[in-house]
Amino acid sequence: MALLSVSNLSCSRGGVTILSGVSFEVAAGQAVLLQGPNGSGKTTLLRTISGLQPPVEGTVSASSDSIAYAAHADGIKATLTVAENLEFWASLFGTRGIDQALESFELTELKSRFAGRLSAGQKRRLGLARLLVTDRPIWALDEPTVSLDRSAVALFAGVIASHLKNGGAALVATHIDLGFNSDSIDLSKYRAQSHAPTGFDEAFT
Amino acid sequence: MIRLLTRDLKLAVRSGGGFGLALAFFLIVVVLVPFGVGPDASVHSLIASGVLWIGALLACLLSLDRIFATDYEDGSLDILATAPVPLEGVLAIKACAHWITTGLPLTLAAPVFGVFLNLAPDAYAWLIVTLLVGTPALSMIGAFGAALTVGLKRGGLLLSLLVLPLYVPTLIFGATAARRAGEGLDASAAVMLQGGITLLSIAVLPFAGAAALRVNLR
Repeated sequence: MALLSVSNLSCSRGGVTILSGVSFEVAAGQAVLLQGPNGSGKTTLLRTISGLQPPVEGTVSASSDSIAYAAHADGIKATLTVAENLEFWASLFGTRGIDQALESFELTELKSRFAGRLSAGQKRRLGLARLLVTDRPIWALDEPTVSLDRSAVALFAGVIASHLKNGGAALVATHIDLGFNSDSIDLSKYRAQSHAPTGFDEAFT
Repeated sequence: MIRLLTRDLKLAVRSGGGFGLALAFFLIVVVLVPFGVGPDASVHSLIASGVLWIGALLACLLSLDRIFATDYEDGSLDILATAPVPLEGVLAIKACAHWITTGLPLTLAAPVFGVFLNLAPDAYAWLIVTLLVGTPALSMIGAFGAALTVGLKRGGLLLSLLVLPLYVPTLIFGATAARRAGEGLDASAAVMLQGGITLLSIAVLPFAGAAALRVNLR
């Protein structure tokens, strides 16, 4: 049974339809990689599926309450400690305990450090640790490995593999090989034919 | 929701500009006025309630663009929008945090600054009451303006232009109530009207602001 089903989805950015007719399914335990050149609509598709912007056309079967979205920006506050950052998101998403998330991303020793004093890679790991405290089955990840070194990428791939093993699903926009079995979708073939502005956003573009 | 409030308060304290900045600005405005209008104490007494209200209003304005701008820039707003909390509640809580870090300290400091301007003795209590009743509206209207302009480059200037006209009724009733009290007249009607504006803004603006946020997050 598919956890996420996208049907004939069209999405726009800045009032311009950039993707149309996107259809795919992601089953429990499955990872799907979104691929395509810069500007092909990977971020827009992930934001639409996550419920941050409405689709122009088509449907997304999963409720946005079951999707955890991780963008380029991690939502980390520099003046809060690693533990405080994570505890805030855990409380907001109604989950308990950050220890497992800290351990999974090897952040336990850094938990009392202010996030502003972390390296870019450590910040990224903290941002990704948030996924674990959201306790949501579908992960929508936008270039999650930016700033991560090789060992951190392997660590992250292990966390995703564990998530899939526990019945979760992942939709990942990435250019690198994460080293686990996955299907991939090339968004180039869904590029919208017409780039005419649509909707009321037209007035602001 | 309470965690969002405590986080915002913690961030305001740790970033250093939370409580102190608005108060320092308020103090400077109040100190500068006598230099501008001259040393006549009767003139100060006449304009004190208006100056104190304008000072509080401008000090409130100072930190409005930070209500959503930092959350927008670091991606927190995207996560908040996908979290299982209503965006209307997020806006109301953020306005509340803004009031605690600016409106409340300004209200508590206003009587002290009133001494600098020779505020009439009868006006002190009513000044505190009007600020307590009116400053929540300033924060709520400000949060709405911040939601409208989040993501815009140089949105701070536009925010001021949007919000200042909306502050006019609160300013008029607040300053009028304090002035009337200083003259020994009944100030309750003006305070009640001001309270009505505050309640209306609390009832309506979280929904309007959340709708604006959703559009800006697209």
